[in-house]
Amino acid sequence: MVFAPKATHKSKAKMDLTAALLEHVPTFEGAGWADKARAAARARLADMGLPLGRDEYWKYTNPTVFTDFDPKFESEIPASAIFDSADAVTITIANGAIVGDMPKLDGVEIHSLATAAAADIHWVQDTFGVLEAAGQVNVERPLAALTTVLAGDGVLINVTADVTQPIRIVTSTDGGQANLHHVVKVAAGAGITVLEEGAAGARASTNLEVVVEDGGRFDHVRVFPAINGRDLSSHIFARVGADATFRSFTLTPDGSMTRNEAVIDITGDAATAHIAGACLGDGAVHHDDTVFITHDAVDCESRQVFKKVLRNGATGVFQGKILVKEGAQKTDGYQISQSLLLDDDSQFLAKPELEIYADDVACSHGSTSGAIDDDALFYLRSRGVPHGTAVDLLTLSFLAEAVDEIADDDVQQVVLTHLEALLQARHG
Amino acid sequence: MLDIKNLHVSLEEEDKQILKGLNLTLEPGKVHAIMGPNGSGKSTLSYVLSGKDGYEVTDGSATLEGQDLLDLEPEERAAAGLFLAFQYPVEIPGVGNMTFLRTAVNAQRKIRGEEEMSAGDFLKAVREKAKSLKIDADMLKRPVNVGFSGGEKKRNEILQMAMLEPKMCILDETDSGLDVDAMKLVAQGVNALRGGDRTFLVITHYQRLLDHIKPDVVHIMADGKIIKSGGPELALEVENNGYADLLAEVA
Repeated sequence: MVFAPKATHKSKAKMDLTAALLEHVPTFEGAGWADKARAAARARLADMGLPLGRDEYWKYTNPTVFTDFDPKFESEIPASAIFDSADAVTITIANGAIVGDMPKLDGVEIHSLATAAAADIHWVQDTFGVLEAAGQVNVERPLAALTTVLAGDGVLINVTADVTQPIRIVTSTDGGQANLHHVVKVAAGAGITVLEEGAAGARASTNLEVVVEDGGRFDHVRVFPAINGRDLSSHIFARVGADATFRSFTLTPDGSMTRNEAVIDITGDAATAHIAGACLGDGAVHHDDTVFITHDAVDCESRQVFKKVLRNGATGVFQGKILVKEGAQKTDGYQISQSLLLDDDSQFLAKPELEIYADDVACSHGSTSGAIDDDALFYLRSRGVPHGTAVDLLTLSFLAEAVDEIADDDVQQVVLTHLEALLQARHG
Repeated sequence: MLDIKNLHVSLEEEDKQILKGLNLTLEPGKVHAIMGPNGSGKSTLSYVLSGKDGYEVTDGSATLEGQDLLDLEPEERAAAGLFLAFQYPVEIPGVGNMTFLRTAVNAQRKIRGEEEMSAGDFLKAVREKAKSLKIDADMLKRPVNVGFSGGEKKRNEILQMAMLEPKMCILDETDSGLDVDAMKLVAQGVNALRGGDRTFLVITHYQRLLDHIKPDVVHIMADGKIIKSGGPELALEVENNGYADLLAEVA
């Protein structure tokens, strides 16, 4: 089975825009792995061209906020303290650069990309930019290639034991643009939880490449800041081995523009990959989750659970695909994308896709848009719960399936408490 | 306690009149039952009193201890002491039964300007009341009414009533969908709450429930009005003869 790459149309406008951008991007000529990877990504980007609104993959989201030369916002986004209670080791990143020394954690090797590239540390070279490149095969993701080129720093994590204490990455910015590129390698039978909070920049672009080897576990929980003056583009590229578990959850409250892409390749038998997102969009907010999961092994399970609560003109987008390759029998694929529209001004745009080349699989997908259930609202109010609180309770109830995807109960509780506070803050 | 005068109510969407001049006075501490054939407006009465959307009051009044109910939001009516046990309790996935109960108890206290119930006191009260209604810890943990049997849902209604300690309880066909044992359990729960000034309005199709919750007064409702009131013997008359004779009497 050959999957023809779905290349975008290389219009003159696209290639001119790309050439103009690349004039400002250094050519990497060093002999180290980082420079080689960046030069290769630069070449990929030059071939693909930057995204345009007419590209199929950008039909619901205008990419120009990410390709304009000047970021729209200069917002300061201070470091948040959401996971303070999580008993994690913390890595602090300000304005796109790691601050201070790397924490020590048994069973884990942690480096900054800046240091590792300079010191030519090798374990990361077969992953850095490699998963990103592989993730371009079915769908072009030029912004991810651009991030590989531009990111000067990021966290590189090599996990060789099953570690219970989470690693927490806190990002903040004084404004402006920042790019980060993280790599996590989880060895066979090892495991790690990574918590992320904050925004790398007022315009930020982040890559996260994750390799989970056989029997490994990777848990990822990410909370973006509830600040409207920011544009975020993030890519997760994951490769999940046999009997391994990959789980990622993102909470996106507001933010002018957010595009979260995830490309997950399940390559080993009996593996599990869950990706979930919860969004609270209020006002001039555009929030896009774009997911591509490939099943290329037997007896694997994948879940995509995305819930968006929208009001006052917010737009939610979901593009989710399950690709089941020939021979990937006993695949159990589940995908749900739902919006709760709290008024008539908001919209949800969804494009669920299934492409299946195996005959013994169970794949289900659903997408709905709905309002608050009047009967449930009346039931709560008839018990004395005020209208606003009742709407909040029903909103949390709507988001529960996504938040439930967080495996660690304590972390889940932290996210729920944060969500409750965000909803409370909306009452002014 | 509850005073309803000349109440006229239409459906907002259909312009159809359901209640056509209903009068009802409930003295404090009494249990009143309303019986009536299908379509007589019994459930509409309970919804209008508790403030559900979709009904338009075109004439008349309803007051709770002199306070105009019809002017209040549903949550304000609840805080004023009104409670409706639903005929069909609503399932709310994702909201834990305990969270819901505590939110409701404290929300009412807040509206009344009272102090919130401490987590310890709340837990103690819930456990004690749940036990007498045979509601186990699992039911308290589960999302509100989700996956509950018909009997469990009705017991859960009574648990809410017990926790919220309302002055005026309306039970809308609480017996529907219950077997005899479940009905006894629910009735026990209700009877345990009788006493003092707490007043009940029990809406039912059948006399059977009234064997277990003994009413002081029975009203027969038809075509949006109370057509006859009497003692408990009126319920027996309906049970034996149906509504036809009573309806013919008034016609």
